[in-house]
Amino acid sequence: MQEIKSYLAPRSLDEAVKAMAAGDVTVFCGGTDLTPQTDSGAKRYGATLMNIRRIEGLSGIAEAGDSIRIGAATTVTEVRRDPLIARAAPILAEAAEHFASDQIRNAASLGGNICNASPAGDMINPLLVLDAAVELASWADGALRTRSVPLENFFTGPRRHVKRPDELLTAIVFRKPATDFVGWFRKSGPRPALEISTVSVGIGGNLSDGVFRNVRVAMGSVAPTPLRAHGVEAALEGRPLDADSIRAAVAAADADATPIDDVRASAWYRKHLVKVFTEEVLNHVLGN
Amino acid sequence: MSLETEINFTLNGRPVTVRVPVAMKTLTMLREVLGLTGTKYACGEGECGACTVKVDGRTLNSCLMHAVDCDGRELVTIEGLKSPAGMNPTQKAFVDHGAVQCGFCMPGMIIQADYLTDDDPQLTREQAQRGLEGNLCRCTGYTKVLDAVEAAVEAKRCGR
Repeated sequence: MQEIKSYLAPRSLDEAVKAMAAGDVTVFCGGTDLTPQTDSGAKRYGATLMNIRRIEGLSGIAEAGDSIRIGAATTVTEVRRDPLIARAAPILAEAAEHFASDQIRNAASLGGNICNASPAGDMINPLLVLDAAVELASWADGALRTRSVPLENFFTGPRRHVKRPDELLTAIVFRKPATDFVGWFRKSGPRPALEISTVSVGIGGNLSDGVFRNVRVAMGSVAPTPLRAHGVEAALEGRPLDADSIRAAVAAADADATPIDDVRASAWYRKHLVKVFTEEVLNHVLGN
Repeated sequence: MSLETEINFTLNGRPVTVRVPVAMKTLTMLREVLGLTGTKYACGEGECGACTVKVDGRTLNSCLMHAVDCDGRELVTIEGLKSPAGMNPTQKAFVDHGAVQCGFCMPGMIIQADYLTDDDPQLTREQAQRGLEGNLCRCTGYTKVLDAVEAAVEAKRCGR
């Protein structure tokens, strides 16, 4: 095992990002992804191990103007039980509902699920549908710097993202969906619980007078990164949500998805599932 | 020699001070440093729930949790459920309903069931099923476990 030279559990964000500026820091919060990865040797510990769970202000869900801000250390259980999320962004609560198991939901943080950057990350999918952005903090020239990156531009490959090693993901922010926003999320695996999604599909948009607008479609486990399915979005945008547009969306889903064969499912099966789920999610949205 | 740090926390109602390697897991600390072997090691990757403990009132997999993260927190393990008056209502319900087969999953199963029934006094059988999704019984004896959870809900209601 890699030699860890120091352990930090900072209370303030400044303290945390200053340490990260010094380099080679392994960050953990719930530990649910880090532990299996370090135990198996897939990931090595850096010289500094930093626990970010005690940083003040890093967890919690709050309204900020017309946006909702979720601190990076907020657990999936907190998202699942939050009345504001249930009211304003039920698609996120739905994903939390089907995330791993109770014990994992109680530990896993939203920021960790994003930084793990798995194409199958279940909280990422609905956040893409909500057009969320992530806040990244760092320490430079004697001051705290923050930048905001749209989640759609955050991922660059499997387990890869644009966050620099000296940056800490501090929050997830999205605009509160309008009252005519409808959306749903569907995932699948051989078991209902503790399953790394074989495929997930999330779809949302504004539905008024039967016409679907500002449509955003996210797909998990069908590409090297969590995917915004622009072909499906184009097939639905500005059209009445009906049997015809749903048929066009399903055809586009087939084109947008570029899955691989792996230990959990074949590419063929994933292609099949992504079409079935696109149809199911749209019918669910239509039915409500 | 790996880096160690000293942590202080409450374990089953008593204050504990212990030095642990910073990468050690809570499960290893409980079993090998503190000698509390009720909490079980099975899969070691959060799939089976045998290592479930309560931390600050919520359950989690102690095999995934760094021991250093226990600092300042409140832990309850299976050893902490029993009081001088005897077994707690969840433990008693599991015994009364013969929910135990080989028994290896039981410490985790009972901690999780105790958490679920405390958390929601109106817990239904279906909710119990969902709440226990993270606890595997390789004897596949789930029916009697669910019977026991229903009985624990009832016992806690009467005890209130």
